[in-house]
Amino acid sequence: MPNAEELLRFLPEMILTLAAIFLMLWESRYDEHDERPGMPAAALIGLGLAAVASILAGAAPGSAFRNMLIVDSFATFFRLLVLAVGALAVLSASPFLRQRRAEGGEFYALLLLSLVGQSLMAASNELIMVFIGIEISSIASYVLAGYLRDDKRANESALKYFLLGSFATGFLLYGVSWIYGLTGTTNLNEIAAILGNADIAPNAMFSAVAAALMLAGLCFKVSAFPFQSWAPDVYQGAPTPVSAFLSAAPKAAAFATLLRVFFTAFEPVSDRWLPLLAAVALATMVIGNLAALWQTDVKRLLGYSSIANAGYVLVAVAAHSTLGISAVLFYLAVYAVMNFGAFAVVALLEGSELSDFHGLAKRQPVTAGLMAVFLASLIGLPLTAGFFGKFYIFKSAIDAELYWLAGLGLLTSAVAAFYYLRIIVVMYTKPVPEGRGEMAAPAASVQAALVFSAAVTIGLGVFPGWLLDWATRSSGLLR
Amino acid sequence: MLLAIALAMPFLGFLICLLAPRANPKTARAVALAAAGVALAASLGIAPEVMASPATLTQALSLNWIPYPPIHFSIGADGLSLWLVVATALLSLIAILVSGERPAQFFAWLLLLETAILGVFTAQDLFLFFVFFELTLVPCLFLMGQFGQDSGRASSTGATVKFFVYTFAGSVLMLAAITYLFLKSGTFDYQNILAQAQAGSFRLSPAEQLPLFLAFFLAFAVKTPLFPFHGWQADAYATAPSPLAIVMAGMMGKLGAYGLLRFCLPLFPSAARECAGWINGLALVAILYGGLVAIVQPNIKRLLAFSSLSHLGFIVLGIFSFHLNGLDGGAYQMVCHAITTGALFALTGFLEQRKGSAEIADFGGLATKTPWLATVFLVAVLASSGLPSLNNFVGEYLILQGAAFAGIGYAATAAIGVVLSAVYLLWMYQRTFLGARPEADTADLSGREMLAVAPLVLLMVWMGVASGSLLPPQSAVNQKILQQSKMNVEFRVAAPLPEAASGD
Repeated sequence: MPNAEELLRFLPEMILTLAAIFLMLWESRYDEHDERPGMPAAALIGLGLAAVASILAGAAPGSAFRNMLIVDSFATFFRLLVLAVGALAVLSASPFLRQRRAEGGEFYALLLLSLVGQSLMAASNELIMVFIGIEISSIASYVLAGYLRDDKRANESALKYFLLGSFATGFLLYGVSWIYGLTGTTNLNEIAAILGNADIAPNAMFSAVAAALMLAGLCFKVSAFPFQSWAPDVYQGAPTPVSAFLSAAPKAAAFATLLRVFFTAFEPVSDRWLPLLAAVALATMVIGNLAALWQTDVKRLLGYSSIANAGYVLVAVAAHSTLGISAVLFYLAVYAVMNFGAFAVVALLEGSELSDFHGLAKRQPVTAGLMAVFLASLIGLPLTAGFFGKFYIFKSAIDAELYWLAGLGLLTSAVAAFYYLRIIVVMYTKPVPEGRGEMAAPAASVQAALVFSAAVTIGLGVFPGWLLDWATRSSGLLR
Repeated sequence: MLLAIALAMPFLGFLICLLAPRANPKTARAVALAAAGVALAASLGIAPEVMASPATLTQALSLNWIPYPPIHFSIGADGLSLWLVVATALLSLIAILVSGERPAQFFAWLLLLETAILGVFTAQDLFLFFVFFELTLVPCLFLMGQFGQDSGRASSTGATVKFFVYTFAGSVLMLAAITYLFLKSGTFDYQNILAQAQAGSFRLSPAEQLPLFLAFFLAFAVKTPLFPFHGWQADAYATAPSPLAIVMAGMMGKLGAYGLLRFCLPLFPSAARECAGWINGLALVAILYGGLVAIVQPNIKRLLAFSSLSHLGFIVLGIFSFHLNGLDGGAYQMVCHAITTGALFALTGFLEQRKGSAEIADFGGLATKTPWLATVFLVAVLASSGLPSLNNFVGEYLILQGAAFAGIGYAATAAIGVVLSAVYLLWMYQRTFLGARPEADTADLSGREMLAVAPLVLLMVWMGVASGSLLPPQSAVNQKILQQSKMNVEFRVAAPLPEAASGD
């Protein structure tokens, strides 16, 4: 029987699950196209309680359930990050869905369940738990991607996401079974102990294959080369607030898993997978940025941009240092906010083509200004969070003497400036298209989400110190 | 403290104008004028202190910004930055003065641009320098995008994107180089790095210097611009609203030249000397190519853009002559060129307001209708083409002198550029202001316009006849730079490498 401390460490997941079940039950009181006035607030309360529980659990770090879960500041960082993204998603999704008369309790419930999975991924210390976490998160995400069930695009998106996602999970599971066969355990620390002990370590070749299989599965989740092709299709087809959520939260959780599995369990064979990771990072940056250049659909463009950004994060992972890990944490938090903001602005428009952005500065100056902030941050201009995010990433690469990776990465990020810039330019220079007058101001909850994201983007661009401090404290424990 | 005020005031004005987008344009302009005016007064206020000890850093202010890696908001001025700071403050004030009625946003971005440029000239922390260097792009982006006008084939949208991508791509590698310097020296503080280099505790091998130098050089060469990185320039200057063009052509080009002089020479002396040969070659190409292309330009703004390309070639040639005269000339010419080009773009802006275009073919015989405008324009044209007793002559003479020490061929070729500048500028003047008396009436300079250009004309004369009062502080710093760039080279020559330092 687990003791009270262990239960506290599992409390965030329990709260989220209970809130999700409560929302499902409440759903039965409404008709299909009704608005559900209290539900976003209820979901937010659930998220808030889970965040409080995460902080409480993080205050007393330790393991739970026979070392299957480990709650340390690393896990707490990611739990709070995905919960924050979830809250932003609720705020921007509810007006979006109401406008399409498709608000439903199951949307919020699925969102919360997906967060349960991600929060488990961040805290799992065991390959089976990793797998369970990924599956909980993914299955909820597949449904979310197809949530607008009368929309063909959304259906295609969900189907693609599901098929390719299950394929990739297969890789991951196969890797898990290899490593279990080789070491007889699924606990990350025990795997590391066995791989690191020259007397009992299995053939390094076999461990490397297991690592490669797991890397393939995780590469899919973070949309890294060569498993990136789903990202633009899925983000383009899914309802926009869902795309925003998918590009931030599950990705962050997948990176948490990647860091934990590879920097703990596979640390002893790091010389085998590090070169592979560096090559993957480079290819991901190049492909993401070059493909984004030609896009005219902004959602699709942001999809490719999310591939490129995954590449930047992988650079910091490949740096294989404490500084690199803290750069990963910092960048994921920054990316979540700025990318969410950009998607949330797209969700406000009639369509997501570049031409829908023409003259936005005249139709809705404040929204255009906020979008410009998010895009400037994605470009990496100084005094925005994205600048420091990139700086820390490439600094960690230079620290690790990966000069070629840092140099080429910086150059591709300069190429990226072009496609983000195009959006800013059409917002400010093109005339308002015929037949489109003033735009109504966005709903209050969206405004709150946007202003919050922009404030964080600029705030971290001026004073990045505190978040980096936190990220550094969280990363120190991992190795 | 005064220097901090000079930086803080425009930024404060920027915030006020940005956060009150619907403010009355008159009020916004008054706020902007006040902010830029105080900044100019403050920047003049630091002059006595800097001139008293030009080679050391005065008005230094260092605040902790980011704990790790240790980045400081650290600014200070010495003899090299002093006149550039004053010129920036002056040109920004003039740009605001000639802006006319514009939305509050316009003034906000101009003030941010002023802040960023002042920051570049005074930053003493390499990271902070990079931040300001990149920050200059943001106001330009909005000013060109929102307020630019298409000019002939060049659309303002295309010019904006081209300008931004060129300069942004040029400078990203500099960040990597700065990071590398930090890892080697443990600090971003420029003075600290130099002190370590002097003490011998911080050394870069020639193999390290070359890539680092090239990363810095690329950023500065695009910004200056130096041939062949000038692709963005003509379109940008031609489509930019004229107040922006004043600051852009006047000051932004100097960011690159300043960076070369301030950072590249002392930090990477052996690489700089090794590369001096081909860099001087590029500078000569820029001088001649810019001059030749300027001759055939049908548009005054495009002509001035290519003229800038040619003149900035001179500055680079002076810097990479590795002779005190060349360095002095380069530093002096940075200020001179800022004043004359600023005046020329301001005057072109007045012409454009009157005729709605800057095509030379649309003008002719204006001198009879607008004697004052014609006179002031003539003074600026003569100054720009290097007439003795006006400012550019001093700078160009010193540069040629320095170049002659580096190699007489450099000086001889560059001198052709002086002739070319007289050709294109005077021919343009002739087609614009002389010739048959036009029928339509054109207004002469208004009081406000006169007020805007008068200080520039006075400065052209003052800097031309009394260079002795302005040059010494710059020269003191240049001596130090030259000494630093020699000091490290001895170590470089001692290293067993086949090729000895060239261009010495």
